[in-house]
Amino acid sequence: MALYQDVIMAGFGGQGVMLIGNLLAYAGMNAGLNVTYIPVYGPEMRGGTANCTVVVSDEDIGSPIIQRPKSLIVMNQPSLDKFQPRLEDGGVQVLNTSLVDASQAEARVRTVCVPANDIADKLGNTKMANMVALGAYVRATGVVDLDVVKKSLGSVISAHYSHLIPKNADALQAGFDHAG
Amino acid sequence: MPNNTTDTGTPERIFIKGNEAIAHGALAAGCRCYFGYPITPQNDIPEMMSYALPDAGGEFVQAESEVASANMLLGAAAAGIRALTSSSSPGISLMQEAISYMAGSELPGVIVNMNRGGPGLGDIGPSQGDYFQSVKGGGHGDYKLLVLAPATCQECYDMMVEAFDLAFKYRNPVMVLGDAIVGQMKEPVTPWKPAAVAGTEAADWRLEGARGRKPRLLKSLFLEDGALAGQNRHLQAKYADMQAEARAECFLTDDAELIVVAYGSIGRIAKSAIRKLRAQGHKVGLVRPQTLFPFPGPLLRGLAEQGKRFLTIEHNCGQMVEDVRLSIRGIVDSAFYGHMPGEMPGSDDFLAPILDAMGGK
Repeated sequence: MALYQDVIMAGFGGQGVMLIGNLLAYAGMNAGLNVTYIPVYGPEMRGGTANCTVVVSDEDIGSPIIQRPKSLIVMNQPSLDKFQPRLEDGGVQVLNTSLVDASQAEARVRTVCVPANDIADKLGNTKMANMVALGAYVRATGVVDLDVVKKSLGSVISAHYSHLIPKNADALQAGFDHAG
Repeated sequence: MPNNTTDTGTPERIFIKGNEAIAHGALAAGCRCYFGYPITPQNDIPEMMSYALPDAGGEFVQAESEVASANMLLGAAAAGIRALTSSSSPGISLMQEAISYMAGSELPGVIVNMNRGGPGLGDIGPSQGDYFQSVKGGGHGDYKLLVLAPATCQECYDMMVEAFDLAFKYRNPVMVLGDAIVGQMKEPVTPWKPAAVAGTEAADWRLEGARGRKPRLLKSLFLEDGALAGQNRHLQAKYADMQAEARAECFLTDDAELIVVAYGSIGRIAKSAIRKLRAQGHKVGLVRPQTLFPFPGPLLRGLAEQGKRFLTIEHNCGQMVEDVRLSIRGIVDSAFYGHMPGEMPGSDDFLAPILDAMGGK
């Protein structure tokens, strides 16, 4: 069976979903896999949620646009309302329970709860909630090794902010550990 | 082929948008002039060219309009320079006069169209509504562009290298026709440089000053008795020769009962639908034309002669399907599914149309 995983990551603009989408894609590439990343167009860009789609596979990738994803990273409540109904039966969703009501998780899918903002706060910066969520996602799906994700941080964080890389690696690890 | 390798011998990949791959490919192909006017969804191309081209010893001009961009392209081509313009649908419409003049005067240049929704200003999302404009002329007169249709970011890169070579090989404008999907998505791309970028291919016709030789004339006006007919016969013979460049990706066609024909982004989205249906035992395959002119008609005809049925899928209301039908005429027809421009296509949208076509409806 070929390795294949797709994910829609969604949240408010500013929560950094595009950044972790790029990070996962870089990690997939650095692990020697094929990847696609696409920021999804549509009316949701006009005030609702920001989202992107990443596909990781060891085969050549067909569609970069996914209507019924195998997995989700849900950073806020509107994103759960919008994307949970699309999640494939038996799929996995990582919910940022700092901002998402986990009681709305459907039984037909596997749900991993991580209070990403609260964990990021404890680490010293609430902006790293996206990294916490991605760490939990990597644990939940095993799509790539966490070490490869950490080593790929330099590809998405500009040189000016490179001093923040260790902190972001800690946030990835914290999310990974929480999901364990 | 890729020739840059890391210490481990693995080709190094960079993670870039299709639009950026277009710019990288143009630079690798020895592009020395870029002219353009901004329009979404292709602005990453001029953005990158604006800083990378001067570094490469070339010239970047943000023109006052698309009309000016295309005429600057014509001028650079007349001087034998490898030159590029890029735009998206409404902007490409504005360029058609100059493109017709380039075809008539046999001037090589590369035009990138990142197709967006139309008609008119349409929207900024993906569409394949410019197929007819790209392959049937677009401007006035009997002329053809070579039209290449990338589906991946790697193909965006590779086809730019190829586009410049074809433009000079045939002394003809070449269009690279993508859409907002392949332009905006990111994939790993393996950069490579062609073994040699020819610099002398324009030596016997380019205008670079007539000192020490007879003056040359590049024109598309032929008023002398019989001259235009002669030029048209020459052009038509050239377009017939271009058929040798026709190319398509074939995916699971050998045992397929139904062949889906789809190009560009829609081709790769259809591939996902086909994989899903193959897993359920349906014998369906894909032909993804990589050149739209010349069209890989003989390939399709060969498949029709094997008794296969056809479904053309496009992100428009029915354009390439006419070329598919012409290719297989007298043997079989092609069904058609058109995804409406203005709506984002996904592979699930294609499942029912494929199953319908398999049922012979």
